[in-house]
Amino acid sequence: MHRPRREPAARMSTRTSTARPTMQTAARHTAHPVAWWAWALLLATAAGRTANPWLLLLIVAVAGLVVTWCRGSEPWSGAYRVFLAIGLSAIAVRMAFYIVFGGSDGPTVLFTLPSVTLPEWAAGFRLGGNVTAEGALAALYDGLRLATLLVCVGAANALASPRRLLRSVPAALYEVSVAVVVALSVAPQLVASVGRVRRARALRGNTSRSPANLMRTIVSPVLHDALDRSLALAAAMASRGYGRATGIPAPARRATSASLLIGLLGLCAGAYALLGTTTPAPLAWTAVAVSAAVAVFGIAFASKRVPHTRYRPDRFGARDWAVVASGAAAVAGTVLSGIYEPSALWPATNPLAMPDLPMWAAGGILLATAPALLVPSARGGTP
Amino acid sequence: MTPGGIAFDRVTFAYAGTPVLDDVSFDLPEGEFCLLVGPTGAGKSTLLKAVNGLVPNFTGGTMSGRITVAGRDVRGSTPADLADLVGYVGQDPLAGFVTDEVERELAYTAEQLGVAPAAMRKRVTEIVDLLGLADVRDRDLAALSSGQRQRVAIGAALVAGPSALVLDEPTSALDPTAADEVLSTLHRLVHDLGVTVLLAEHRLERVAQYADSALLLNGGKVTAGPVGAILAASPIAPPVVELGRLAGWPGPPVTIREARRHATALRSTLTDLHTPTATAEAPVGPPLLEARAVTVDYPGGVRAVNGVDLVAARCERIALMGRNGSGKSSLLWALQGTGTRSGGTVTIGGDDPAARKPAERRTLAGLVPAEPADLLYAETVAAECAGADRDGRVPAGTCAKILDDLVDGVDETAHPRDLSEGQRLALALAVTLTAAPPLLLLDEPTRGLDYPGKAALATRLGRLAEAGHCVVVSTHDVEFCAEFASRVVVLSDGEVVADGPARQIVAASPMFAPQVEKVLPGWLTVAEVAAALGTGDADD
Repeated sequence: MHRPRREPAARMSTRTSTARPTMQTAARHTAHPVAWWAWALLLATAAGRTANPWLLLLIVAVAGLVVTWCRGSEPWSGAYRVFLAIGLSAIAVRMAFYIVFGGSDGPTVLFTLPSVTLPEWAAGFRLGGNVTAEGALAALYDGLRLATLLVCVGAANALASPRRLLRSVPAALYEVSVAVVVALSVAPQLVASVGRVRRARALRGNTSRSPANLMRTIVSPVLHDALDRSLALAAAMASRGYGRATGIPAPARRATSASLLIGLLGLCAGAYALLGTTTPAPLAWTAVAVSAAVAVFGIAFASKRVPHTRYRPDRFGARDWAVVASGAAAVAGTVLSGIYEPSALWPATNPLAMPDLPMWAAGGILLATAPALLVPSARGGTP
Repeated sequence: MTPGGIAFDRVTFAYAGTPVLDDVSFDLPEGEFCLLVGPTGAGKSTLLKAVNGLVPNFTGGTMSGRITVAGRDVRGSTPADLADLVGYVGQDPLAGFVTDEVERELAYTAEQLGVAPAAMRKRVTEIVDLLGLADVRDRDLAALSSGQRQRVAIGAALVAGPSALVLDEPTSALDPTAADEVLSTLHRLVHDLGVTVLLAEHRLERVAQYADSALLLNGGKVTAGPVGAILAASPIAPPVVELGRLAGWPGPPVTIREARRHATALRSTLTDLHTPTATAEAPVGPPLLEARAVTVDYPGGVRAVNGVDLVAARCERIALMGRNGSGKSSLLWALQGTGTRSGGTVTIGGDDPAARKPAERRTLAGLVPAEPADLLYAETVAAECAGADRDGRVPAGTCAKILDDLVDGVDETAHPRDLSEGQRLALALAVTLTAAPPLLLLDEPTRGLDYPGKAALATRLGRLAEAGHCVVVSTHDVEFCAEFASRVVVLSDGEVVADGPARQIVAASPMFAPQVEKVLPGWLTVAEVAAALGTGDADD
């Protein structure tokens, strides 16, 4: 035994372990990642069911409040701000498109751009021409709606890392989830590798910006690096038992994959039909239900045969159900408003008018702040 | 044959027609801690990877013979099938991590093997305690120190309860303290778990004391035996063994304690001779580099370098030492001017390098990064040299000539990535020297070099310093530092904690003292002792 030498090391590790005590305890108490994603996606669904700017801003505010209150201090916790920026750029892009290509128009002309007469086949589009307040407002509502959807996704990312979510996927999707986790860890490594190679390039005094030179001196070394690293990772994973002969017959594996794929595609189509207005609701709900059943069957069937086990899976408890329910309240609110005050959900922009605040929807969305009270703050409440 | 350990029976392996292992046979009993010794490029990694099937499954090549681990035939199985039998730990733990948290990483192998959740929790907890990871079990892997990471990698390999553990240079990227942490843990595991350990390492001075036996791999042939006997016959041996060889001590001794027992006679002989302390040269000339209150901050409130003052003259050979993460690299990059500098001033010959364009900056200070390959882009060595001449706007052939002076026998048509570590480092150095910078900075240049490689590097850098360069090397290799440095600067948490003549600084620190100093206080290298004895009599 070589006891005496171990002392400095022990001292060092106690010092570093005190650095992040709050996060360690809090990581255990935050809600289930699936609950967070369900909550955020339900909020996004509510946003998808309205173009009322008050409601949309309210949703952004609710998401922001819950994120600041409940997020941890992990690397992905900054995702909300990133998505907020993406949302703002989505509004800007939508606006630019309206100004250049036009859309719904009204009588209040703000300014006129030089216009180009388009050929017959492109009727309905314009290039330049009158820019009206009504059209701009409609484009703004539209952009805001898109931005709100993005912000909801950002909130989900900030609250539960995609990796933690992947850990909760059913065993049948294990291989897929490992592939995604590896891809997720490669991305920051790639960024680090680009930084390193760029600094080394400066050491060579190379500041050329020609594409051929960049290709040779940055892209090629980074790809070299990435390739080396993925081979090393593949070897390490194999050494640790990844891809052991699993003993599942090939036809069974193919059948489960197919049912999973069909189920997921069906779910996407059903969700699209639900959010859109052209498909009758019963048909859309049936599509969702059937495809969900197919997907669940596939996953359940495959999970029984998977030889892997999980270390400390996250449990889905009463509080997680409450988080999901609070998200569902927002959707329920928009549904009720759709029945009792449909005009407020889709405010008219022509003629220009101040939109009303639909009470049912607003109430539902306010209920979605519940997680801020239910889930203890991960960082002592400071944003 | 013992069924418990690792056994090779007439194993021959050739890769693309080149033989790597030639009729290798040995037999390690269960629970043995065996050290694999050999020069760079002798095929140590190949032999290690053959134990868990990575060779030939991942590399290709032709193999014959029989390899058994705990009585099970390994040939024909994939590494994944052997995961419950052989644990494998590589040089860079980060490159092999699959998940991002300590506990998940530890559990990964057990998950793959389908261990029941209750058993898995018990197993992970045991491993956490065995490896002293209790403080960090909830942590992100990225937040760990390098020594902790390597211990996690070892733990992850052990969770499945393998009979054998194979480690390929597990401490090569670690500072002395972290390496000691890892190796003593490993030593305890052999006792507690009875795992057979086969470990390859360049820094034998760290490992030799822990090993029960050794294998020497040279020219494809393997010799097995006790550590002392093998190292005595090996072209690669730690300084204490070299010293024993020089002094004719029986054994020769492998550990410092053994050597001290024999050293009394040699010490008295040496005290009669002149002590090398007298030859320590004083710094000459006006300062070339003047750094005042240099601070480097990174986003997230991390202060890597905190108010460092460093003044250096031409012809100085400075070793920048300190633990991993003490700010050595950040300081070098800040001195060169390409890296971040948040505060303070740096002048090289009166010029601030950070204010210059990259092309002019490199004529003031050249930096060889920790990954020398980052400096190299071309397909062949010749093209690389031509490119360096163009970058530096110097006459064609300059770089090739510098490379020729540095190292012999580099194949002009070889790809830079196919060169040996030492040759690649020399090429990166030649590319840097093409701009003729008076200040030369090297970040951890000794990784992957064996003793002759390091000695050659120290000689080369010494010649450059004589020619008027100021050479600053960041390293935690104490033996290299003893051979190379005239002055040592020790960094800790971004601050200079010691600065002075190499002999004084390393002698005062148990962590940074080379082996020879520990046996013969006042003497740093075997070469010094040999030179002194060359005039006296060496027959005690």
